[in-house]
Amino acid sequence: MWRYLPPLLPFAAFLWFLPRVLPVARGETGEYVWSWVPGLGIDLAFWLDGLSLAFALLITGIGTICILYAGTYFAKDPRLPSLQIILLLFAFSMLGLVVADDAITFFVFWEATTITSYLLVGFDHESAKSRASALQALLVTSAGGLTLLIGLLLMGSVADTWRLSGMNAQGDLLRASPLYLWIFWLIALGAFTKSAQWPFQFWLPGAMAAPTPVSAYLHSATMVKAGVYMLARFTPALGGTDVWIWTLTLVGAFTMVQASIWALRQIDLKMMMAYTTVMALGALTMLLGQGSAMAVTAAMAFILVHAFYKAALFLGVGMIDKGAGTREYTQLGGLGRYMPITAIAIAIAALSMAGFPPMFGFIGKELIYGSLEDATWPWLIGGAALVANALMVVCAGVVAIRPFAGRRRIAPRAYTADPGWGLWIGPAILAGMGVLGGILAGRFEHFLVAPMVSAVTGSETGAHLALWHGINPALILSLVTFAIGIALYFLIDPIRKALIKADPKTPGTEDGYDWLLQALKDFAAWQTGIVQSGLMTRYLQTTFVLLGGLIWGAVYFGTPALPPLRFDLDLFEWAVVGIIVGSIVLVLLTPSRLTAIAGLGGVGGGTGVIFFLYGAIDVGMTQLFVEILVVVFITIAMVRLPRAGYIPFHRISAVIAVLFGLAITAAMLAVLGTPLDRRLTDFFEATSLAEAHGRNIVNVILVDFRALDTMGEVSVIVISGIAALAALWAGKERKA
Amino acid sequence: MNSLILTTATRFLTPLILALSVFILLRGHNEPGGGFIGGLLVAVAFALVEKAEGVEAARRAMRIEPLVLAGIGLGCCLAGGYWGGIVHGDFLRGIWPWYEEYGLPVGSILLFDLGVYLAVAGTVSAILFGLEEAGHAVAGRDD
Amino acid sequence: MPLPGGTTEMEIVLAILVGLLAASGAYMMMAGRLIAYLFGLIMISNAANIAIFAAGRLTYAEPPLVPDGEYTPMTEVANALPQALILTAIVIGFGLLSFALALVFRTYFELGTTRMDDMREAEPRNMGGNS
Repeated sequence: MWRYLPPLLPFAAFLWFLPRVLPVARGETGEYVWSWVPGLGIDLAFWLDGLSLAFALLITGIGTICILYAGTYFAKDPRLPSLQIILLLFAFSMLGLVVADDAITFFVFWEATTITSYLLVGFDHESAKSRASALQALLVTSAGGLTLLIGLLLMGSVADTWRLSGMNAQGDLLRASPLYLWIFWLIALGAFTKSAQWPFQFWLPGAMAAPTPVSAYLHSATMVKAGVYMLARFTPALGGTDVWIWTLTLVGAFTMVQASIWALRQIDLKMMMAYTTVMALGALTMLLGQGSAMAVTAAMAFILVHAFYKAALFLGVGMIDKGAGTREYTQLGGLGRYMPITAIAIAIAALSMAGFPPMFGFIGKELIYGSLEDATWPWLIGGAALVANALMVVCAGVVAIRPFAGRRRIAPRAYTADPGWGLWIGPAILAGMGVLGGILAGRFEHFLVAPMVSAVTGSETGAHLALWHGINPALILSLVTFAIGIALYFLIDPIRKALIKADPKTPGTEDGYDWLLQALKDFAAWQTGIVQSGLMTRYLQTTFVLLGGLIWGAVYFGTPALPPLRFDLDLFEWAVVGIIVGSIVLVLLTPSRLTAIAGLGGVGGGTGVIFFLYGAIDVGMTQLFVEILVVVFITIAMVRLPRAGYIPFHRISAVIAVLFGLAITAAMLAVLGTPLDRRLTDFFEATSLAEAHGRNIVNVILVDFRALDTMGEVSVIVISGIAALAALWAGKERKA
Repeated sequence: MNSLILTTATRFLTPLILALSVFILLRGHNEPGGGFIGGLLVAVAFALVEKAEGVEAARRAMRIEPLVLAGIGLGCCLAGGYWGGIVHGDFLRGIWPWYEEYGLPVGSILLFDLGVYLAVAGTVSAILFGLEEAGHAVAGRDD
Repeated sequence: MPLPGGTTEMEIVLAILVGLLAASGAYMMMAGRLIAYLFGLIMISNAANIAIFAAGRLTYAEPPLVPDGEYTPMTEVANALPQALILTAIVIGFGLLSFALALVFRTYFELGTTRMDDMREAEPRNMGGNS
């Protein structure tokens, strides 16, 4: 029963967050700070206000349900433990995201959700389609993550703080900043990609390749809401400007209408739910763009409404799939008798989705219509909301009625029944929340929605949550919505066929993504052809040209310094230099390997003599022993390897080599022309015996003062040895 | 490679070089020397054995798998580091519980230097033996 | 013989010698034969070590030891810091050389050649490139 253990973790977190509703509803906030990178002012700072608390409750609560559901759904699948672990990691990342108060912490968790969701969407990694969908989601959302990072950094530099709460407190400064437009677009791109707004909406339906519990969790309540969460979070800092209002409203409204139309053409119930999710995200973006107290109240209530019904429906569709073997509603029918619990749970959730009273969804829809009162362009928003909501009624009808009513059709599976409690308990609870939200609207407003709204706008809710407000324009719009929706429901089959006939492929911006990806690949191939000739000598030439160029650059831009050039050396010094130069010439010119090895010995030996000569006894000894071993090693190699033979002169290489050598000499002369900084040396000389009890200063530096370096160096040597042996032994095994 | 003089000289020289390497390791704290130099000298000694009597004999003479020796060396470095870490709270902090009792400061730093000595000796010998054996394999293929 | 600015003539000569060593090493590495490449690698390592040593200034002075009975070196001693750097650099360079040597062995064993431009397993001729 190990599979029932993972859900306990998010459940424990849920229980930790739940009692905090009371103080937060009283207007208190919690702050938890651990120092992280104090030098840069970056902390692991967390902040609990109405907005983050509501999200935390959704994440932990729905997380518990989905991970439990996964435990039953994949009960016999050996991949279950890894799925549950990644789900837990995702839940943790998502939780960190919504409670983070530090911009860098926030970004790290943001990216963590991207990466864990990549693993989750691509969970069925043996399917190429699944991998492609996961990669698409990853590329789109992480591209948005990059713009988000830049936006956060700009915000931090303008507001001079990394705290999100601090940035929010300086909204006027940010809005007046010349960088505001940049910040807005960068942040908005991050939010739009994450929350699947047009033109980035295509990845979300693609991500339906994920297993059902994953879709229910990521694509209903949590990850896709991260973008919306961020827009809400930054409303005090960035909201209220013209560009904010118009961009969010238009993009949100367009996404909402487009997604609700596309939802109608889906046969797969899960895909239909995916498009209605995009619709909901568009509605939220639109409402946050409006930013009035009414609109924000509607948005916050709708976040809860949507999380409850959408997670329940995703999970319910998974139950249909489990029971009947397909999710295509054209093949389903008459399941109600066999799967009563599934049918009831889905029906209740669908009622909330359609917005019928006394469901929570009804209140959510009323609030959206209510917010038209002080909207910037009420006809546009009202029209878009009306269309989208009417189509939601259609979709709710399809998912709740088509699989269960009517006569039983031929389903691929003979045995059809309600699944075990592990599957149905979650959707049942979530559907029940939809009912509770409607009946106890006042409590929900006081404990959840009002604190959320006050976190976003800093003021009271714009409207009260109640089932009955009297006869007002919102109610009339609701009735119109129902009428259109119910009428269209009976026309769903012809509408779907007409939509598919008009364009057999789901239209959209995915083509743009494909084109961009292909262009990127072509560009990569083109520049690879130029940069990667496949010739190793060419690569080495490039390396030395660049290295030489860098050193010349350093010499050119550095402090001009040149020591006086005089060359009256002692005879012995001339002799040592002469031996080394002679040895170099020998190595360069000889066709004989033995002579070349002797020449190398001359170079190394001469170097050792220089060390001995100028007071570096330890270094000289090391150089001597290494020289012996180098000769032994090279000899072993030479005996086995073929003769190199005469190396033809290569003019380009020679020019590069000479320029490289001159660069080094020039850099050396510049170093010698500047005075020596002896502070470290003086410190070591003064403290070697006093603090480290050693008289050999070189050795004391190695094993005491700089012992950590030495430990790293010793590790490098051991690793190089292991790597060398691996290379050698691999050949031996092949032979054996 | 089987020269009688070389073989005889090796029998005589190897223990001497090994003793010298330990001496160099120990005096390193106050006089020129230390773990790096000592370790290289050990490798030179085994290179001598290897040249005189072959890889097999050198491996036997070493009695322990050279990479294991290197691993023990790294372990000594770590242990020396943690010694200071546990006693004083700073990783790699020098500790001398028997300072000057044996004529040289015995403690965590010496343990660290011993680790360097073993790691260098083990690694270089391991590569040396590996190269020689792989050389045989290549030669064997060409035959 | 010390020059103004604390620089000795030998340092100037070594600066030129380092350039010569580096140039020769680079040329050998670019020559296209694995064995020459190894020789070049050794020469560049030597060049780097001498460069660090000379940059720390040369003195005919005593090695950096604290004499018995003293607490700090009383007379001028050689700069200990670059020595410590070079000592590990030599050993690390040697480790690098061993690894390179093992790779050369293995490459020859697999491909049967030591000509570097003939090694195109990873990037075959028909994959881009202009040669």
